[in-house]
Amino acid sequence: MALDNTPKRVFKVVGTRPPRPDGIDKVTGRALYGADVSAPGMLTAHILRSPHAHAEIVSIDTSAAEALSGVKAVVTAKDFAPQDDDFLMDVLDNCMARDKVLYDGHAVVAVAATNSAIAKAALKLIKVTYKALPHVTDVDAAMTLDAPVVQEGRSLETVPEGMSQNVTSHCEFGHGDLDAGFQKADVVVERSFTTAATHQGYIEPHACLASMTADGKADLWCCTQGQYNVRDLCSAALGMEGSQLRVTASEIGGGFGGKTTVFIEPVALALSRKAGRPVKIVMSRDEVFRATGPTVSSSIDVKIGMTRDGRITAGEAHLRYSGGAFPCGTVDMGAQAAFAAYDLQAVRTLGYNALTNRPKEAAYRAPGAPQAIYAVESVVDELCQQLGLDPLEVRLKNAARKGTRSSYGPTFEDIGLVATLEAAKAHPHYSAPLAEGQGRGLSAGFWFNFGGNTCVTLNVNTDGTVGVTEGNPDIGGSRAAISQMAAEELGIPYDKIRTIIADTSALGHNDVTDGSRVTFSVGLATIKAAQDAIAKMCSRAAQIWGIDEEAVVWKDGAAEPAGPNAGKFPPMSLAEIAAVSFNTGGPIAGHHEFNADGAGVSFGVHLVDVEVDKETGATKVLRYTVFQDAGKAVHPSYVEGQMQGGAVQGIGWALNEEYIYGEDGRLQNPGFLDYRVPVASDLPPIETVILEIPNPGHPYGVRGVGETPIVPPLAALSNAVSRAIGTRMSSLPMSPPRILKALSKG
Amino acid sequence: MKSIHVSTTVNGDAVEFICAPDESLLDVLRNRLGLTGAKEGCGTGDCGACSVTLNGRLVCSCLVLGAEAEGADVGTIEGLANGDALHQLQQSFIDHAALQCGICTPGILVAAKALLEKNPDPTDTEVRYWLAGNLCRCTGYDKIIHAVQDAAQKMRSA
Repeated sequence: MALDNTPKRVFKVVGTRPPRPDGIDKVTGRALYGADVSAPGMLTAHILRSPHAHAEIVSIDTSAAEALSGVKAVVTAKDFAPQDDDFLMDVLDNCMARDKVLYDGHAVVAVAATNSAIAKAALKLIKVTYKALPHVTDVDAAMTLDAPVVQEGRSLETVPEGMSQNVTSHCEFGHGDLDAGFQKADVVVERSFTTAATHQGYIEPHACLASMTADGKADLWCCTQGQYNVRDLCSAALGMEGSQLRVTASEIGGGFGGKTTVFIEPVALALSRKAGRPVKIVMSRDEVFRATGPTVSSSIDVKIGMTRDGRITAGEAHLRYSGGAFPCGTVDMGAQAAFAAYDLQAVRTLGYNALTNRPKEAAYRAPGAPQAIYAVESVVDELCQQLGLDPLEVRLKNAARKGTRSSYGPTFEDIGLVATLEAAKAHPHYSAPLAEGQGRGLSAGFWFNFGGNTCVTLNVNTDGTVGVTEGNPDIGGSRAAISQMAAEELGIPYDKIRTIIADTSALGHNDVTDGSRVTFSVGLATIKAAQDAIAKMCSRAAQIWGIDEEAVVWKDGAAEPAGPNAGKFPPMSLAEIAAVSFNTGGPIAGHHEFNADGAGVSFGVHLVDVEVDKETGATKVLRYTVFQDAGKAVHPSYVEGQMQGGAVQGIGWALNEEYIYGEDGRLQNPGFLDYRVPVASDLPPIETVILEIPNPGHPYGVRGVGETPIVPPLAALSNAVSRAIGTRMSSLPMSPPRILKALSKG
Repeated sequence: MKSIHVSTTVNGDAVEFICAPDESLLDVLRNRLGLTGAKEGCGTGDCGACSVTLNGRLVCSCLVLGAEAEGADVGTIEGLANGDALHQLQQSFIDHAALQCGICTPGILVAAKALLEKNPDPTDTEVRYWLAGNLCRCTGYDKIIHAVQDAAQKMRSA
């Protein structure tokens, strides 16, 4: 590979596939998730939710519920501290409606009782008087001037004058002269696309157990992607000091971005404060669909010009996203990511976010990028079809590479797009014959990746083992990867390491598990913490040998004299140094804290073959291959797992998944029967090809891998289906009714 | 509603409990017997996270009443390993990295065991259709299919 020419470090543990440390707990049912713990005297709470898409709350009468035997506490929005900060206020207003309900499922009142049946019975005794208001759930409709206004006064100054009050933000990225670019083109294609809102679809509903005592101290157990974030949001909502709230992250049953905020946690704390007893809340699946997640819905126009030989001369995209009933910045990321795979002279993207009467958007794996790249990659594919060009060759011809000024501003460093495209071109999948009625699609994908605030402690135990304490919930095997990097750096076996995830009182702040940041940032902090411990162990050895610290080096898990001049001593292993540490200055620990930079962007390419049943409109995925640059795959099985899992979520998004709203503004499919995520029998094997173009920002070359794989499937599937049926699809999901409609027009 | 007294067998052990007439077997297992390995992902029989066996038959325990367990033989994830010795399916799931978050894993293991008892040598397609009632949102199922087939092969040659 052209870019892959740096001398490679020889790894001993990194790149192997050891068993994950939480494996046995998870295959025996012992692992404890959000809903799996109880406390003495615990109450159970349920939440009353709005049946209206948009309504004013005229009055709430909870007296009959409070009088019911077994009911111990009732809370509404009045029980939370008002916030000066708009972001915090929105999070809190989403947890419990204040004055208005903004979507079907918006929480209004919560009741804690001695058991679940009593709490549910109490909800039926609550009288809420609503004054229904006109609603809007479609993003394009919400942007018209006569649309019902979801929230007033939320537009940022960036929004051009004369737009609907529902438009909350506007962004613009790009460079070059678009008009000149389009004039150079031989063909220009301009198309409009829509994508439905989809839910992250984690199998574990949100769950928490809160316990607050009369002295204002509280403990909170919950499934979350970030316990520190939960602590900050909840302590603000409850008006308490952060140090008084200890948050422990349970094992997490999937998140995909959807567990990066709070929904029920402040409510459980408020109920516990009022009742003076522990309170548990577990959401039902109906509540998960109606009131958490989902991703944005979108409406996008794309215009691209191309020369006869496949050079893109200009690209333009207008993105209209709705993040539901609250301001949402996801469109900015879509506008930045739209053309990231291309080296362009002229490019411009404009983005708008509009309020609708839908639940508040939560991050979903590469938030904002799949929609934008779906639209761009669909138009590139159509241009290739019109000009009779090979879609992989066209992408190679226009590919972003080292030194490319990206469409969103920064100049790329070492990136793996060209290597990934070349790997796809060389793979047998790309040249395999297709039968009549089948179609092959491909798409490139991109994600920025993130570093962020990170803090790790590494304790050297006197028996020669090592404990790593980190602060990021393990969502896909990160404890294994962190242990591997600690073992690699220290030069000791993987099974001598145990990595645990700290509660908020045990370790300094860590940003949420998001942005594909954990293996990169926590790994980097672990390597630095190991180096810190190594420096201390070298110092102890120097002390024992009576030589200078600088004359000691660390090699293969042991301290040894740097050279013959330093003195002649046999190497002293980590275990030997640790065993005598109490006599040489006390316990040995390494620590590192930083705001990590240099995450390194990520590219992937997906190839898919499909067959469409023209009678039923059903699409069968026949073959699927994922190519992705991982920088360095620390645990290749879990890298493959990210690539496969992301691809399949994308397949669901492309073919079936969508939030369906009725005329009444209510969600019509809040369950797994009607919101259909892919099942095993829907899918072929997902083949994976890992490329390793080292990230210069990490000593082992690691890049985040978790988010990029959900980006390409949308366009890859749409391009495959469009080629299979001979009609260009422009709306997701491509559910059977939509395909039949396209066929009847075709 | 008057509570019901139930005598049953769970993972080979005699068990007695009292439950409400409308209480699901899943709630009994989790809230009364402390067996939290079976999970509630939906409560409507769509996700399979609560899979257990009832007299050898694979069921969603969220769709079975606790009272229906009277005199029955209930098998849960907690009974899959024999003491310290993992069942081959459990070992194969670890070896093949067939779990990420792990929330669906107990249900999938119980379902896969039921499959291999009926059909020790399934095709990949048969495994995929048998497990179609067990949702996994993390893995894309690929490594799960490999793990089940690896376990099936090892169990056949054992």
